[in-house]
Amino acid sequence: MGVINIPRRVLISKKVLLAAIQARKFSDAGSAKKTALYGLHEKHGGKLVDFAGFLLPVQYSDMSVSSSHLFTRNSASIFDVSHMLQTNVHGKDCISWFESICPVDLRGMPDGSSSLTVFLNDKGGIIDDLIVTRVKENQLYIVSNAGRLEVDRQHMLETSELYRKNNKDVTVDFWDVTQRGLIAVQGPKAVRNLQNLTDVPLEDLVFMTSRVGSVAGVECRITRCGYTGEDGVEISIPADKTTAVTEALLQSGEVKLAGLGARDSLRLEAGLCLYGNDIDERVTPVEANLTWLIAKRRRGEANFPGADIILRQIKEGVSKRRVGIRMESGAPARKGAILKNKDGEIIGNVTSGCPSPSLGGNVAMGYVREQYKKAATELIVNIRNKDAFCTVAKMPFVPSKYYIKK
Amino acid sequence: MTLQRCLFQASKQYSSRHILKANIRQSFCELRYKYSSNPDKKFSDRHEWVLVEKDIGTVGISKYAQESLGDVVFAQLPDPGMTLKAGDECGALESVKAASEIYSPVSGTVTEKNKEVEKKPGLINSSCYDKGWLFKLKLSKPEQLHDLMNEEQYETFLKTDVEKDHT
Repeated sequence: MGVINIPRRVLISKKVLLAAIQARKFSDAGSAKKTALYGLHEKHGGKLVDFAGFLLPVQYSDMSVSSSHLFTRNSASIFDVSHMLQTNVHGKDCISWFESICPVDLRGMPDGSSSLTVFLNDKGGIIDDLIVTRVKENQLYIVSNAGRLEVDRQHMLETSELYRKNNKDVTVDFWDVTQRGLIAVQGPKAVRNLQNLTDVPLEDLVFMTSRVGSVAGVECRITRCGYTGEDGVEISIPADKTTAVTEALLQSGEVKLAGLGARDSLRLEAGLCLYGNDIDERVTPVEANLTWLIAKRRRGEANFPGADIILRQIKEGVSKRRVGIRMESGAPARKGAILKNKDGEIIGNVTSGCPSPSLGGNVAMGYVREQYKKAATELIVNIRNKDAFCTVAKMPFVPSKYYIKK
Repeated sequence: MTLQRCLFQASKQYSSRHILKANIRQSFCELRYKYSSNPDKKFSDRHEWVLVEKDIGTVGISKYAQESLGDVVFAQLPDPGMTLKAGDECGALESVKAASEIYSPVSGTVTEKNKEVEKKPGLINSSCYDKGWLFKLKLSKPEQLHDLMNEEQYETFLKTDVEKDHT
């Protein structure tokens, strides 16, 4: 019995883990960091793994991954996402700097609004995906992936340094995990539980808007967004208060802790990309079916990295495209599984997939040749040397429940 | 290799003081109760068990493996007639978070697979030593059973080697 997909650390015992952590205290390089919620994870029986250099729970002892997944869809869950890189940008030229590295229309966004966007390389490849909030004309708040932490830091530091050399006013500051925590509260009952603890009127905080307010007596930044397809928020909290705020939210039985396992299956059902699996520097937003991230104004200006390639792709098309893959039954197609057409010709591959707790059967996403991208196209997927039928499907697989003002 | 290592460890432990011995014995008893199974089952270091009656072995996965994997939602089992060598990959179990290959702990020819488990993979979680068995095979090299661990050795293996292997 060989566990192949699972990080090896899942199988570690608490005793050895503690010993390992003790040892790590005295070494610097490559050691997994603890988030502000580490103690809470331990207290709730979190099965801790080293995820992108941070000790985070795959799941907690009270629930299986699928129960936790369904609990999120029916009630609400808190995910520790403190490992993500939180960046603050100041200066009167911060918007023009940011637009020089992303295809977003920050200038056209109102203060206090957020957007999904991507850092692009010169070939239009995706360096990382991230959420940017225009706090004010001269202030931005960015949340990007832990797995790309060093790359993102370097990218922001180098590009802003060049900007400053041209006498522009922009400074980039990173929050370390010891300074700031970040939790995602997701699910249909997330907001009503948060409302009991905050003076921020959440009926006004629509999807992809952000503001600062008090939560359980602590000044936090609340952004209406998430990675599950459910209504919910991400709350950025001073590190020393993160546990207190999280515990206050957990007081109600309607909110429980959830780990990386449920986070992955929830985001897959929601059709959301995982950087490193579904997108990376080798694909452009057009190929990744994220063309909508190239803002209209920016297409006209054509002044973002890789604009020539991306605009040509928008006009002339691409050879491969990210699609959803649905299987009503059978073994789930996971990362690396080969996709074939009905003649048995290889036409693509799966980039992530898992059984779907909400729908039954399996969900996956992957890249196929352009002519096979239409929903309902029947394909063959090869899993452990066995062919199985699958169908190209529209994403999200589970309808999104974002709080959008009508 | 694995077996030798754990026998060595076991002998080290037995040469220790009485009080330690008592503690170990007590924890073995607790573990045996916790992971309760037939003492005649033999375990592989890949967490399969095999129970042999006459020349037919029934194969399943251990409680530890079942717990590590989480809710099993799909079981791909070897078909009757398949000839397997000890250590051959012969199927897979899938949970939401991971896929785990099944390896045959002994050589033989598959005589039966558990169709109930194919229909209800959750049986592997609820009854890994009984209703959640995976397949049966006619042993071609029964002497291989000596290379496997008995329950006590397997529990020691879990407490020592598995932890070390995953550090």
